[in-house]
Amino acid sequence: MSGQVAISLQVNGERVEAQVVPRLNLADFLREHLALTGTHVGCEHGVCGACTVRVNGDIVRSCLMLAVQAQDASVETIEGLSDSGEIADLQAAFRERNALQCGFCTPGMLMAAQDLLRQQPAPDRDEIREHLSGNYCRCTGYQAIIDAVESTAKARQAP
Amino acid sequence: MSEADGLSALDRPNSYIGKSVPRPNLDRLMQGRGLYVSDMVLPRMGHVVFLRSPHAHAKIVSVDSAAARRAAGVIAIVTGRELAEVITPWVGVLSHLKGLKSAPQHAIAIDRVCWQGEAVAAVVATSRALAEDAAELVDVHYEQLDAVTDMRTALDAATPVIHPSLGDNLAFERNFEAGAVDQAFAESDAVVEAEFVFGRHTGVTLEPRAVLADWNAGEQRLTIYQGTQAPHMVQNLAALHLGLEEAQVRLVCKDVGGSFGIKVHIYADEMATYALSKLLRRPIKFVADRVESFNTDIHARDHRCKGKIGVKNDGTITAFEIDDLTGIGPYSMYPRTSAIEANQVVNLIGGPYISKNYRARARVVFQNKNVMCQYRAVGHPIACSVTEGLVDLAAMKIGIDPVEIRRRNLIPDDGYPCAAPSGLRFELLSHHASLNKLLAMMDYNGLRAEQAALRARNIHRGIGIASFIEVTNPSAAFYGVGGAKISSQDGVAVRMDATGSVICQTSITEQGQGSEALTAQIVASVLGVSMERVRVILGDTDNTPYGGGTWASRGAGIGGEAALQAAKILRNNILKVAAAILQSQPSELDIANNSIVNANDGAARIELKELARIVYFRPDTLPPGIQPELMATRHFVPREYPFAFTNGVQASWLEVDTDNGFIKLLKHWVVEDCGTIINPQLVDEQIRGGVVQGLGAALFEKCIYDERGQLTNANMADYLVPMSGEMPDIDVGHVVSPTAETELGAKGAGEAGTAGAAAAVANAVNDALRPFGAVITEIPLTPQVVLTALGNI
Repeated sequence: MSGQVAISLQVNGERVEAQVVPRLNLADFLREHLALTGTHVGCEHGVCGACTVRVNGDIVRSCLMLAVQAQDASVETIEGLSDSGEIADLQAAFRERNALQCGFCTPGMLMAAQDLLRQQPAPDRDEIREHLSGNYCRCTGYQAIIDAVESTAKARQAP
Repeated sequence: MSEADGLSALDRPNSYIGKSVPRPNLDRLMQGRGLYVSDMVLPRMGHVVFLRSPHAHAKIVSVDSAAARRAAGVIAIVTGRELAEVITPWVGVLSHLKGLKSAPQHAIAIDRVCWQGEAVAAVVATSRALAEDAAELVDVHYEQLDAVTDMRTALDAATPVIHPSLGDNLAFERNFEAGAVDQAFAESDAVVEAEFVFGRHTGVTLEPRAVLADWNAGEQRLTIYQGTQAPHMVQNLAALHLGLEEAQVRLVCKDVGGSFGIKVHIYADEMATYALSKLLRRPIKFVADRVESFNTDIHARDHRCKGKIGVKNDGTITAFEIDDLTGIGPYSMYPRTSAIEANQVVNLIGGPYISKNYRARARVVFQNKNVMCQYRAVGHPIACSVTEGLVDLAAMKIGIDPVEIRRRNLIPDDGYPCAAPSGLRFELLSHHASLNKLLAMMDYNGLRAEQAALRARNIHRGIGIASFIEVTNPSAAFYGVGGAKISSQDGVAVRMDATGSVICQTSITEQGQGSEALTAQIVASVLGVSMERVRVILGDTDNTPYGGGTWASRGAGIGGEAALQAAKILRNNILKVAAAILQSQPSELDIANNSIVNANDGAARIELKELARIVYFRPDTLPPGIQPELMATRHFVPREYPFAFTNGVQASWLEVDTDNGFIKLLKHWVVEDCGTIINPQLVDEQIRGGVVQGLGAALFEKCIYDERGQLTNANMADYLVPMSGEMPDIDVGHVVSPTAETELGAKGAGEAGTAGAAAAVANAVNDALRPFGAVITEIPLTPQVVLTALGNI
C-alpha cells in the first residue's frame, strides 16, 4: 500500500480537501471520509448502480472510480440533490407511487432517473426502462419506478 | 366504539383502511438519510473479514497467521477453535420434522470445511481494507476431500458420507399418502408424468448481510445492530450460544436493504461477529461483500421433482403423485431448518384442486455446496410449478383448454371450509372468482385469437395460467411446535403522549413492505387521529413488545390485528377520561379528527391534545377515583387455523424467439385474495415485487456449481437477475375474502407473486412451443434450455 495523496474537489458545492490512499474508491471516500452514506455500495464491481453519483454533471458508478480521479471535480450525491431541491418533484412522485420499498437502490435510481430527464425531457416507458436498466431493484419489480419517472416527466413538460 | 351506529372499529369515517396512503418513512430513504447497518460507525469499532475456504470439502491441516498478525491495522486473527471458547455450536433440527438430522455447525470451521465459502478464520482490523490485506497473509493448509455435489447420487452407497456420525447423507424424508392413489390412476383415461427441475438460486438483497455487534464489558451487555426480519429470535439465539441471559442481549434493527427471507436466519459469520465482539471487548462490524453474499447467503429451490397426474376424458383430475429431491448443502440451517421447503412442497401440491388422491415422497440430502433454506415463498414456486405444469400437461393430453380443466377441478368457491390433499385446512378461498376476474382482465379470448393470428406469421406467443395457494399468518404450528424459540405471536403497545400524538411500538419489522404504514393506518383509524400524528417504533428488542417479526407473510395479519386490538383498548381508555372531563358517558362520545366528538351528531367537544394536557399536567382537576391509562398493549396469535391460506391466479403472455431461444415477457396479470386490504397500493407493490422475483427464477437466476462444488458465477455480472428493461408491466386485481379469525380480516400478500410467477411463465412457454411438440419442465428457461427442447442445439 502506497502513501497518502492529497486531493481537492467540490462535493455538493462544498470545497473538500483530503488525504487518501490511492486505492480508495470514490464510493468509500464519500461514505467513510465524508459520512455521505446515501451513496450505497451494493456490489463493488460496477453492476448494481446503487453507488451512482454525478461527477462534473455525468452519472458514474462511484465504486469504479478512484477518489484520486476526482481531483478538481464537482461531485454531487443524493444528499446534495435532495437539499438543493433539484429532484423534489421526482422524490414526491416516488413517494406517491411507492416506487421504493427497502430504499437501498433508491439514491442511485433517483440519480439515474434525473440524468435521463435532463437528457430526454419526454421519454416513453421503454426509454425509461432502458435508461434505468443498469440499476438493480430487488423489491419493486420496477413498474412503480417507471410510473414515477414517467409522471415526473409529464409534469415537468406541462405548461 | 361506534357500534351504536353499526360501524366497526375500522369501518369509520376518515378510516385509513383500504386507502393508498404513502408510507411515512420514505423521505429519509429517498434523501439518502436512512440508517442501514452498513452505514453505522461506533467508537473503537473493528472490522472483520472472514477468510473463506476455496474448497468445497477439505480438512484444515493448519492455519498460520503469524505474518498476518504483524500486518498494519490488525487487531486480532481468530480461528474456529479459539472462537469456540466463546460461542457454542448449533444443530438445525426441529422436532416436528420427524427424523430430520444435521451435524453441529461452528461459527468458524474447526477441523474441516464443508462448502466453498465456509469461514476458516476471522481477521479483525481497523478497516475492512486492512483486514482484507492481512487475510491474504494467512496461510491455511488444506487437504482436499471428495465433494458431494450431485443430489441425485448423494444417497448412493459409493458416495462419501459428509458427516459420518449421521450415517448417511439423508437429512430428511417425508412420505405421505391420502385417498386411493393407485386405484385413481388405474381408473384414469390418461396419466402424464414429467420431471420438473428447479435451479438453485438466491435472494440477492441489494444491501449485503451486515451486522455490528457491540459487547460492553462494563454493562455485560451485547447490543447487536443487524438487518433482520426476526429481532427476538436473534436475541434469543445469540444469548443461548454466548452463554448469556436474553436480557443481556439487545437487537436493534434500523433500515434493512432487502430481506426476502435471506435475513431471517442465523448465519455462522453473524454468530462469529457477536462472539468476536465479546472476545475482543469492542464493537465489531461485518459487512459481506458481494462474492461472500453469493457464497454464503442462503440459496433456495434446487429441487428435482418427478410428478404424475391422472385425468379422465371429461377433464376430471383423479390424482397427483410426486417424488421430490432437494440438496441443501452440508448443514440444515439454523434455527428454521432446511427441511421446511421440501415439507411445504408436500403440503401444497394439488392444493387448489378437488382431488384428494395424493401420494408424495420428499427427500432432502446433504451436499458440499452453500447452505439452502427458506427464501420468499418457501416451497410454493416448486409446488405451484409442478401442480400447474401437470395440470397443463393433462389438459394438453386430453385436448381441453387450460382454463377449462381448471374450471372443472378447482375447489368451488362455496366448498369451504375444506382441506388440501395433504390435510391442511382452508377457511375460505376464491379460486373461481379469481380466475374469472383474471380472464376478464387479460381478455383471454382476445389473446387466444391474437396468438392464432400471429402463429400464422411464425410468431410464437404463449399464454400460461397458474392458480396458487399461499401459506400466510402462520401460528405456532410452523416453528414453535418443533421446539424453535421463534414467536408466532406479536405484540403492539400504543400510547398517547402529552400533545395528543400517538406512539406505537410493534414487534413486527420493516424491510420495505410497509409495516410502519399499515400499523399507523390501523392505529390512526381506530383512534380517530390523523396518520401524521402516529409514530411507529419497531426493530428494537429493548423497546418493543415480544414477537415474531416480519416473515411468512405475517406482518399485516398478525401484527396488524395486535395493533387493532391495542388501539381499541386505548380508545376506550381515552373515552373514559373524556367522559369524566365532559361529564358525559363513554358511549355518547367518539373520537374523530384528533378530537373527542359527540357520537350522535359529531360535534367537537374537546381536542385530544387538550385531553392529554389535563391527563398529564392537571390530573388534580379530574374527578376523584379516575386514573387515566393512556397506554395499552395487546398481543395476538392465530389459534383456530394453523395458517391463513390465501389464493390467487397468475397469467403470463410472452413470445418465444425459436431462432435464438430468447423469451420476451409481454404482460403479466395477477388476481389474488389476501382478505381485508389495508393499503391497496402496498399490496399491489408486494405482488409486483414478488412476481418479478419469481420471473427471475423463471428466466435468469441460477447459482451454477461445477462438479467440484465451485460456484462459478458468484458475481452480479454473471448471476443474472431481472432488470427494468426485461420486465413487463404487471396488472394486479383482487378478490376479497377476509379471514374470520381476526377482526381485521387481513391475510398475507408478500409471497403470492413469487409463488405462481414461474409456473405461469413455464406454462406460457410450453403453450407457445405447442406447434413444435416441445415441452420444457425446467427453470430457469435460458435460451440454451429452449433451443435444446426445440432440438436446435
